[in-house]
Amino acid sequence: MNWVEILTVALCLLLIVAAIFAVYQKDLILAVIGTSAISVALSALYFILQAPDVALTEAAIGVALTTIIFVITIKKTKRYEE
Amino acid sequence: MRKALAILLLVIVGYYFIAIFLNVPFGNKPKGVGEYYLDKTPTQTGAANAVTAIVVSYRGFDTLGEVTVLFLAATGLGAILFDKKGKKRRLQNASIIVKETSRVIYPLIVLLGAYVFIHGHLTPGGGFQGGAIIATGVLLMFMSYRSFETNHGALSWIESLAGITFVSLGLSGLIWGTSFLQNILVGGAQQNLGQLNHLVSAGIIPLIYIAVGFKVGAELTALLDNMLKTIK
Repeated sequence: MNWVEILTVALCLLLIVAAIFAVYQKDLILAVIGTSAISVALSALYFILQAPDVALTEAAIGVALTTIIFVITIKKTKRYEE
Repeated sequence: MRKALAILLLVIVGYYFIAIFLNVPFGNKPKGVGEYYLDKTPTQTGAANAVTAIVVSYRGFDTLGEVTVLFLAATGLGAILFDKKGKKRRLQNASIIVKETSRVIYPLIVLLGAYVFIHGHLTPGGGFQGGAIIATGVLLMFMSYRSFETNHGALSWIESLAGITFVSLGLSGLIWGTSFLQNILVGGAQQNLGQLNHLVSAGIIPLIYIAVGFKVGAELTALLDNMLKTIK
């Protein structure tokens, strides 16, 4: 196994862990942080799979803009899931 | 009973997903239409980046639709959150470390965004990515300075002018006697087709992507400003 394969497997594991965290977390702010961690891992994976255009989009939209829009929405509604 | 059905459905869907995934040839040379695009892109459109050539040239009309969708979404959000009184953001100022750092980083982020959309036909990225990067830079300033304001009139002017530029570049193809969004500047006089390191090398593709970059940047900035102003 070379280091690219190891990195790919690690990123996939991070994706799954972050997704499970985002689903089961009761604090919605932390759940949003989980989804943005998914975006970071996904962006790196796109780059490894030779799609830098998609990686740039995922990094700009998924990490920054979606997260801030969710945070604003949570701030205007309730922070904790019942 | 319902749970059993759901599990059965999941198993079927999962089986087909895995079957598709195992048959995707990652990293191999593309066949069929992919090979055609990779072969013909440099000579037909002049763009070294095949993704940009497909987004702006081969599928340019779809991109116009996407830009329209984004415009409608931003306009709808602005209409819902509209307030006559002209609200101020209520966020407190950030700490001095964040403020000074963001003051230094902000021009660099905007510069990176402009680089990404101007060099869309040479390097990865393009109008959407560059516009989003610029919007994140402005967002950083919004979050750290309470007094940082954007001029909404200027933003809507930039947005409209960029949209008009896109459509009139498309219509120029019709005026030239070819089709809508035809790359009229490629062929004949222009050199450096499909070569890296040549900024002026892909006809109207860079012009369209610059317009898209301005438009997306202005739209997302206005959208973020509208949303941040609603926080109590």
